[in-house]
Amino acid sequence: MYEFEFERPTTLADAIKAMGAEDAQALGGGQTLIPTLKQRLAMPAKLVSLGAIDEIKGVCKADDGALCLGGGTTHAVVTREAAVDYPALAALAGNIGDPAVRNRGTLGGSIANNDPAACYPAAVLGSGATVVTNTREIAADEYFTGMFETALGEGEIITEVRFPVPEKAAYQKFEQPASRFALVGVFVAKYVDGVRVAVTGASEGGVFRWSEAEAALSGDFSAGALDGMAPPAEGMMSDLHGSAAYRAHLVGVMTRRAVVAAG
Amino acid sequence: MPKDHDGIGAGSKRREDVRFLTGAGNYTDDINVRGQAYVHFLRSDVAHGKLSKVDTGAAEGMPGVIRVFTGADFEGVGGLPCGWCVTDRHGQPMQEPAHPVLAQGKVRHVGDPIAAVVAETAEQARDAAEAIEVDIEDLPAVIDMKAAVQDGATKVHDDLSSNLCYDWGFVEENREAVDKAINEAAHVTTLELKNQRLVANPMEPRVAVGDFNRSTGEHTLYTTSQNPHVIRLLMGAFVLGIPEHKLRVVAPDVGGGFGSKIFHYAEEAFCTFAAKAVNRPVKWTSSRSEAFISDAHGRDHVTRIELALDKDNNFTAIRTETYANMGAYLSTFAPSVPTWLHGTLMAGNYKTPLIYVNVKAVFTNTVPVDAYRGAGRPEATYQLERVIDKAARELGLDPIALRRQNFVTEFPYATPVAVEYDTGDYHGTMDVLEKMADLSGFEARRKESEARGKLRGLGLNCYIEACGIAPSQLVGQLGARAGLYESATVRVNATGGIVVMTGSHSHGQGHETTFPQVIADMIGIDADMIEIEHGDTANAPMGMGTYGSRSIAVGGSAMVRAAEKVINKAKKIAAHLMEASEADIELKDGQFSVAGTDKSVAWGDVTLAAYVPHNYPLDEIEPGLEETAFYDPANFTYPAGAYACEVEVDPETGKVTIERFAAADDFGNIINPMIVDGQVHGGIGQGIGQALLEQCVYDENGQLLTGSYMDYAMPRADDVPFYDVDHSCQTPCTHNPLGVKGCGEAGAIGSPPSVVNAVIDALHSGGHKVDHIDMPVSPARVWAAMQG
Repeated sequence: MYEFEFERPTTLADAIKAMGAEDAQALGGGQTLIPTLKQRLAMPAKLVSLGAIDEIKGVCKADDGALCLGGGTTHAVVTREAAVDYPALAALAGNIGDPAVRNRGTLGGSIANNDPAACYPAAVLGSGATVVTNTREIAADEYFTGMFETALGEGEIITEVRFPVPEKAAYQKFEQPASRFALVGVFVAKYVDGVRVAVTGASEGGVFRWSEAEAALSGDFSAGALDGMAPPAEGMMSDLHGSAAYRAHLVGVMTRRAVVAAG
Repeated sequence: MPKDHDGIGAGSKRREDVRFLTGAGNYTDDINVRGQAYVHFLRSDVAHGKLSKVDTGAAEGMPGVIRVFTGADFEGVGGLPCGWCVTDRHGQPMQEPAHPVLAQGKVRHVGDPIAAVVAETAEQARDAAEAIEVDIEDLPAVIDMKAAVQDGATKVHDDLSSNLCYDWGFVEENREAVDKAINEAAHVTTLELKNQRLVANPMEPRVAVGDFNRSTGEHTLYTTSQNPHVIRLLMGAFVLGIPEHKLRVVAPDVGGGFGSKIFHYAEEAFCTFAAKAVNRPVKWTSSRSEAFISDAHGRDHVTRIELALDKDNNFTAIRTETYANMGAYLSTFAPSVPTWLHGTLMAGNYKTPLIYVNVKAVFTNTVPVDAYRGAGRPEATYQLERVIDKAARELGLDPIALRRQNFVTEFPYATPVAVEYDTGDYHGTMDVLEKMADLSGFEARRKESEARGKLRGLGLNCYIEACGIAPSQLVGQLGARAGLYESATVRVNATGGIVVMTGSHSHGQGHETTFPQVIADMIGIDADMIEIEHGDTANAPMGMGTYGSRSIAVGGSAMVRAAEKVINKAKKIAAHLMEASEADIELKDGQFSVAGTDKSVAWGDVTLAAYVPHNYPLDEIEPGLEETAFYDPANFTYPAGAYACEVEVDPETGKVTIERFAAADDFGNIINPMIVDGQVHGGIGQGIGQALLEQCVYDENGQLLTGSYMDYAMPRADDVPFYDVDHSCQTPCTHNPLGVKGCGEAGAIGSPPSVVNAVIDALHSGGHKVDHIDMPVSPARVWAAMQG
């Protein structure tokens, strides 16, 4: 690591102030940032830990029934506390990394980084969630703008993510053998007004909605409705763990499995 | 009275685990010498290039910097030596390039060390290393082995005639006869395959601490090594010119080696050299990322094998051609791996009369490749057992029956590839396997899998390995520049306790538990009266270390020989004490007695007399009770066995899961069955890792694509099943005193072919006529194969 200053504010207001410094970098659970620092691939002047801000942690229910997760909530807490209200989301959180990762990593940290193989972006986009920051509310469809890219502005902090709770949902992940990130992960959620299908791990553009599948499932929520369907291989990632064609094929398989798992 | 359960054959728990599991181990990184400085190596980030500038000026002025070293500082110093010279098909010695401690003139692989900064802290050393200005004129990277040996290919070493290290033929005299047999065969099965490059990944990365005592002129190197004496000899005599009596090498607790810690590395020589140059102890601790580009890699063979059969399905000939990657330099034992550790095993468990093995060893701009668990023998086993399976499928034969028909059954058996199997029972291990693996229940299990939409496959293979490495004179004829005996000193203390100093080195094998079991058995005392010391050249006699499943077969034999000398002397003392004839003295349960009488003296009485020699035959024997023995084996040992694997393939995703795995091994006599089980479990885990997960991949520019665990897939607990392991079929080795064969590598040698054979079988059951998939048999590869 290179040298950096370190702050650990206990209020959101203090965090926003600290983030005003030049080259300040917010630190969530550090599951990506700390290894990056250790490899000397980043050189922030200041790290602002969000880990001590209680007001951005926890799980609660809004009046409209949405499940609200604080941006600083760890995967382990989501696994436990979302289990009753949104079991598919809790299951997704409970299968990220290993226990050490789940006790450190946070929802806000994950979607701020927007790793193209991370699990959470699929849940956020697949649920049509709202990302709440210290300055505004961003619809999921507007939030994810590309691989490792989001709509977040400089110094903007994710305080909460509001998940509308679907009638049915499930996430199916096919793991990359080494990292166990998603080689392909598909989140399927059935709402009164339609079905959303969000795919992570596969595309060069990061998480995306598979609209053909959504259309098919909105008419007939069954695996059979997707028979023989897969998105085009064009634009899919290709590496030593899987070709673009393989990833495209897996999107079809994992979507069908998610539909079955959703029940 | 001694306990009746801690001698040979007892499943004693590992005494060393108390310290390992409680964080009380003493690993090299735990060693901090007063006043030590830290080194950081600046390593090449390009695969091949000319070093046109290395300017250390700015780095030298950085905070905490003590000195910056470059290749120029090592111009008068020897390069890293290669311990084995292979002679090629035409009787010429291999091409042997220089291997400087720090790069001189050129860099030849990503990770090649260019400069080294010694500073007060590791972070300061790293900061300063970034301030070194390096200009490299890129040269084309030589990566593909077959392209590397084409005329006009860019040369890795300008002073060599080509990138071909050697073109080895074995047995060269058989070449024409093998060609003829293959031309005349009723059936020939051909298979082309890769045995992919692996990274050993021991849990503990490498560490070195160099220290120099200016008042005595003595150097000490603490290092993560499997063989500290070998490092002392190689580094002292060939690199730095330090005589053994001025150089102590200590390899304390070592957290796994798997071969990668056999070799003498540049960082060891650097820390030893720099400690004197800067008059400070110098420490280096590898990061995991650094390990990927500086630890010797393993395997990396590309092979074509042909198996000829007559009309009755007897094997008549085998012909192979292998390209073996050496990497950019010759690591310590690299040339021996694809030759003498590979070609000599090509007969396997079968009586094939004619065999010809051709190996072309090639230099490329990659990390050097050397021995990795099994070393040459897994590569031989894999190709042979894969081609036999393919032949059985082509001919519509039962793969077990085809193997059984061709088994060697009479021993000793001289193979056509220079080794003589002393003993074995291949039908015996196959019988054990068939029962243990419940092969008769397979079809029912397959139906059950199919009902769940999965394809189920059964794969088998046999294996044989040459262990207990090795008869010194034989390996000397084959090009080894070392002897391969082992040593032990048995020091009996006055009150009867024993310290055994062994040249074997334990880095996970459990010697501290098993070696005492042997001595306890010989004398009839508790095993906890015996301690094992190893890993310090200041204590143990010259030893050759631990690799090639040699510790109990060679090191254990040396210990037995030393203990026999101790017992013989103790009997003389006992005879004197009891005023009896030495010939009548018997030792049992820690008591010396006179045959046919009720006279006896205890072990402790005799040992005390040896050190308090008041009533003692001083005119006949010296006081004291300490003996040393060096044991040079008469032959290799030949552990063998049969393995079976059942897999399920998800036809939608190509994912393979291992449902059952059974291993029937013949290790000869066994000292501690629990530790043997553990060795087999670990070996199979690594074999499954190779078969399904691991691969070290370079791109065409020589950049390592799998430089971390994000892309290099290590096997995890949920990737492997519960194993069924059986070693009840025992044909004791005929030429060592314990009748042991060694068990450390068997699992890694014996498991990959059965896994791949099982996947191919599963695919055929689903109508996919797939002949072969290269390892790792990843979901993506299986799916691609199913697409045709």
